[in-house]
Amino acid sequence: MLPLKDKDRPIAVALLGAGCCPRCILRFCCVSLQSAYRQPHEDILFELQRFIHEKVADESHGATEEVPADSPPCKKVRLEAEQGGEVHEGGEDISVVEGKSKICVVCLGVLQDFCDKDFAKKVAEAVTSEKYEFDSLVLSVSLPAQLSVREHSAWLLIKTEVRQKGLCLGKDDVIQVKEAFKWILQSLLSQQLGVPVVSKSPLEVSVGFTHPETDGDCHFLAAACSGCFKPAKNKLSVFTRMAVAKALERISEESFRRKFTCPPWLPATKCTVQEVQCLHAPVFVAGRYNKFSRTLPQTPWVIDGERRMESSVEELITSPLIASFQAEGFNFSSSGREDVDVRTLGNGRPFAVELLNPRRARFSPAEVRKIQEAINKSSDKIRVRDLQIVTRDAVGHMKEGEEEKTKSYSALIWTHKAIEEQDLEFINDIKDLGIAQKTPLRVLHRRPLAVRQRVIHTMATRFRDDHHFYLQLRTQAGTYIKEFVHGDFGRTKPSLGDLMKTETDILELDVESVDVDWPPAVTDPESGENPDLPASPQHGGTPDC
Amino acid sequence: MDETEVRRTPSVIDRYFTRWYKTDLKGKPCEDHCILQHSNRICVITLAESHPLLQNGKAIESINYQISAGCSRLQNKVSGKSKRGGQFLTELAPLCRIKNSDGEEYTVYSCVRGRLLEVNEDILTRPNLLLEKPSAEGYIAVLLPKFEESKSITDTLLTRAEYEDILLKRSAVKVDQ
Ligand SMILES: [Zn+2]
Repeated sequence: MLPLKDKDRPIAVALLGAGCCPRCILRFCCVSLQSAYRQPHEDILFELQRFIHEKVADESHGATEEVPADSPPCKKVRLEAEQGGEVHEGGEDISVVEGKSKICVVCLGVLQDFCDKDFAKKVAEAVTSEKYEFDSLVLSVSLPAQLSVREHSAWLLIKTEVRQKGLCLGKDDVIQVKEAFKWILQSLLSQQLGVPVVSKSPLEVSVGFTHPETDGDCHFLAAACSGCFKPAKNKLSVFTRMAVAKALERISEESFRRKFTCPPWLPATKCTVQEVQCLHAPVFVAGRYNKFSRTLPQTPWVIDGERRMESSVEELITSPLIASFQAEGFNFSSSGREDVDVRTLGNGRPFAVELLNPRRARFSPAEVRKIQEAINKSSDKIRVRDLQIVTRDAVGHMKEGEEEKTKSYSALIWTHKAIEEQDLEFINDIKDLGIAQKTPLRVLHRRPLAVRQRVIHTMATRFRDDHHFYLQLRTQAGTYIKEFVHGDFGRTKPSLGDLMKTETDILELDVESVDVDWPPAVTDPESGENPDLPASPQHGGTPDC
Repeated sequence: MDETEVRRTPSVIDRYFTRWYKTDLKGKPCEDHCILQHSNRICVITLAESHPLLQNGKAIESINYQISAGCSRLQNKVSGKSKRGGQFLTELAPLCRIKNSDGEEYTVYSCVRGRLLEVNEDILTRPNLLLEKPSAEGYIAVLLPKFEESKSITDTLLTRAEYEDILLKRSAVKVDQ
């Protein structure tokens, strides 16, 4: 039995006469019992007809005529409905007809031909062929925008009916096509795939419908409510669902009825289903890396479309990750970056990789550890530690307060003038030296010109020979070390050369530590110990700073 | 005794810049300019070591970035990554005029087409930088050529070898005289 009440009868009669499918009638009768929609189409129709005829039989005190299933919607009903007249005074006129071949004037077939096991099977096959690892999914449905126009037209039709019966029903009480469709397809899809279809899941399966025949249906709205349709950069058409809905809210009933049929005109074709799209939420992997090479850029280095340097930190880290997660793409980010000729030693630099649309997303700590080992085996130019799966929010910690953090460096300095050990002593005594740096010439082509105040907290020197010494620096993040040493045409003030009153240059630079406490250290899943000892730099290769 | 070292490693300019030259600017003998082009296309305009200002041992009297009544290079301002608002200069746009203690005035030109990013204001207060470190702290200006012109702007400039060749020929003429 359908949960219909007497007050629903005039609505059902009017809509059935207008060429509405049984499920759309349930929607407009505000039936919120999901199982009612899941019954086969024919059963709902049968029950609807019985519901209508029961009453009619009561009223007319006689038997109703049997109506042939294939006859078109009763002309008289439609005509009278358009005129807003009383339509069902006698039982003879309620020739409620719904043939299988008729396409619903409101849902354009969405609740007719795409609500069965066969369609659910098709969607399930599309999902399975993508080879995702998943234990739930969320179904999203996109419908042609012009469906709202038809919905509105049907609403105006029954509003007249309802008003005459003194019933109170708001447009918002009507069950949406999308909602009803999901109630039906979700349970079918769940049976096919053996996983729950829920409202929130990392795997989103999208089913989209188009209906070219009626694309022009919403064009009249542009003339009536031009303000609602503004071209947007990323939209193919101005007739988005949002814009159409807004225009329908604004347009007056008279003006709508003048420009569009009420009830909606009968289409010849049903909706076309687009390719099923699957998208898995990204997975974020974080860790810290060391870079031992002075000829390895952090990201692929391309000049004039030509590749310089055969690899990059980013590629060495992400290739094994992409293979393991079977991801479609990635975004690499890190807490700052080093130049191609700078090494990153110590505990390494925090990084995070966003893996896009991964087919596999769940890995145990032991499996993550294996991936880390694979990365470390693939090259001796880098080393990764503390590799772990993190949340999107946690990645924010990496960028938080990047400017306030300090960084430690070690540099090999050349001096033009010969030096002795005692010439370096005054440098060790300098504390919190403020410097003003104009945007270095080497990055000025892509960054704004500005003067930035930076602080060199401490410096420590170690004499090497009469023209060389080692300099340890602890500085505010964002300080350009190379420019502090050579002065950048006098554009960093004071420079080390200014302090020492001779020309100075930087021959080697290493990042010793990046003071960001993220991501947390990872313990070995087997031994429970952290085997990540501080990295020892591998010597060899000529410095080319 | 050996106070300074002749470097065995390349200098900052050697590492990141290419030296280009323009000699006898506007037909004035020996008024040579040196353009340091960074691999990122930025150009630093400097006086070449053969420029009369650096050769005759005279002190600098004045440096003037006001190149006409209505235009001063000191008013140049750029903003944002795209360097909006910077004056766009052609090859023979004057950058500044420099007078020495003999009252001789020389004009320094931009030498390349590009957007003016900055002029060196330090030489206004410390003109000796120009004499002591002409290709470092004594630079004149920084220009950013258009991306699509970054290769072609040096077509009309001389390489270091061509410039040295010209210097040799000049000294040969002098010896002849
Ligand atoms: Zn329908």
